[in-house]
Amino acid sequence: MSLSTTTDEPAEGGKRTVEIDSHAINFGPQHPAAHGVLRLILEMDGEVVERADPHIGLLHRGTEKLIEYKSYIQAMPYFDRLDYVSPMSQEHAFALATEKLLGIEAPERAKWIRTLFSEITRILNHLLNLTTYALDVGAITPSLWGFEEREKLMEFYEAASGARLHANYFRTGGVAKDLPAGLEERIGEWLEGFPKFVDDLESLLTGNRIWKQRTVDIGVMAPEDALAWGFSGPCLRASGVPWDLRRSQPYEMYDQLDFMVPVGRNGDCYDRYLVRVAEMRESARIMRQCLDRMKPGPVKVADNKITPPSRAEMKRSMEALIHHFKLFTEGFHVPAGATYTAVESPKGEFGVYLVADGTNRPYRCKIRPTGFAHLQATEFLSKRHMLADAVAIIGSLDIVFGEIDR
Amino acid sequence: MAPVAPPSPQQVLAEAVGGLPGVASVAIEHGEVVARAHRDALPELMTALRDREDCAFEQVMDICGVDWPQRAERFDVVYNLLSVTLNQRIRVIVTTDEQAPVPSVHTIWPVATWWEREAWDLYGIVFSGQPDLRRILTDYGFEGHPLRKDFPLTGYVEVRYDPERGQVVYEPVKLTQDFRNFDFLSPWEAMTTLPGDEKVPPRKQGGAP
Repeated sequence: MSLSTTTDEPAEGGKRTVEIDSHAINFGPQHPAAHGVLRLILEMDGEVVERADPHIGLLHRGTEKLIEYKSYIQAMPYFDRLDYVSPMSQEHAFALATEKLLGIEAPERAKWIRTLFSEITRILNHLLNLTTYALDVGAITPSLWGFEEREKLMEFYEAASGARLHANYFRTGGVAKDLPAGLEERIGEWLEGFPKFVDDLESLLTGNRIWKQRTVDIGVMAPEDALAWGFSGPCLRASGVPWDLRRSQPYEMYDQLDFMVPVGRNGDCYDRYLVRVAEMRESARIMRQCLDRMKPGPVKVADNKITPPSRAEMKRSMEALIHHFKLFTEGFHVPAGATYTAVESPKGEFGVYLVADGTNRPYRCKIRPTGFAHLQATEFLSKRHMLADAVAIIGSLDIVFGEIDR
Repeated sequence: MAPVAPPSPQQVLAEAVGGLPGVASVAIEHGEVVARAHRDALPELMTALRDREDCAFEQVMDICGVDWPQRAERFDVVYNLLSVTLNQRIRVIVTTDEQAPVPSVHTIWPVATWWEREAWDLYGIVFSGQPDLRRILTDYGFEGHPLRKDFPLTGYVEVRYDPERGQVVYEPVKLTQDFRNFDFLSPWEAMTTLPGDEKVPPRKQGGAP
């Protein structure tokens, strides 16, 4: 679409010739820098973005509707498939919401495992985001390096749950099964080398002249704007608001852990990058503490109405067999009630508004995706920026369409 | 004299919210403050919740609908607010039906626009004063509001690529197998009154004590 009008009157007195040369371009939904299926309609004034209208929903799969037709156990795997870059964090929100309505609490070891894997997930997510963000801006090496570390972390995922991405590992009342023998040591060994890796990654970007030219002072979000636009997580902290649910509304074992919450100052793309890098270092520290303080013990609540009995028990006990059958056909019943439970997912606040009506299926399960609010601010952030900066802004917001479109 | 436990932050908040305009009731459910309000007073209430010092809800984290088709006003519109300064959350719930518009809060929190578009798209809840009430998650040209309880899970249309016409075509849904919606509720738990037990008092039936 091209729109060009020129007034033909000669310039006389107060009259001026006004020439509007704006054109709209379609950014995506197949563009590699769109981080999935974002269709961004950009109204340009030359190379400057005048308006940005994100069209989303191209990956809408009706997750919330499907969950209403599934039992609570069957609903859990859908959460992996929302933000497929940080699967376990989202399972976590749903598991905590169900546990809250059921009035149960996971045993201590399960909580340590969940905390540990939440932080593995955070590093997984930030590695993918930072490196592909650098890729959008033109740096290729970080992604090659970062994906190697991601692969190692996904091996931990696989060792614990059997799947690299769609883990379905956190369950209501604990985790699916205990960590296999030797995994804690392997994670410990990996942690030894990780700070060095972050140093190397930073040596590619943090002081890099091109990287700084592309990100410093681009997409600045003032703290009050960030709050009004519903920002959370690293994007909010980069704007200078010291807010982290792990600290302010602690769940699991976060209140017993010693970690720092990195906060930025300028709220630009560069600060959002710095906050994520610092968070990866803190996550590694948290993981170390989890490994040190984890003790053997049960990993799920003993109530076989909610968690399945052990395989060995099922071979001998009729009751265990019946429990197993009932659990995986009918599932468990959650007493009527509603809760909004949120966790600090790598991207920010990921919430689940769960309405139960006393049956074995959620009556309503609203998923509060983090990137939804961030993406909406694209127009606010990219107005009067160059087209190439819009790409940097989208990269810095850490957008994954699986969760935005649901 | 036994020391009186100081009220929890939630109780303090519930106390403060109880006196605001349009609030019908305030309760604490599962440790979360839930306020039910009248939809006409929503802008004043939300402005007060944002601006009052004892509320200071700077952020609306989520706006969503819930469908209760058996009710006269079938939709709940749920606002989950977060106060970063006071570390508090509150849930404000208003009700509406298919026609009655809910005042938009996008002038109070700009992020509300997309949440309201989503509620319009999925439930057909109308927000008055919202200039940008387009569909957001569903397909271009989609009809209906898919998260309503009376909207079938399979939908009404399916999409396929037609090689003869060389384009994507929309057709009515054809299921090769009937949609299976199992009743997993066991009769022992779903039927609180067993046949023949109608006259037995509930406490003798072994149900809830």
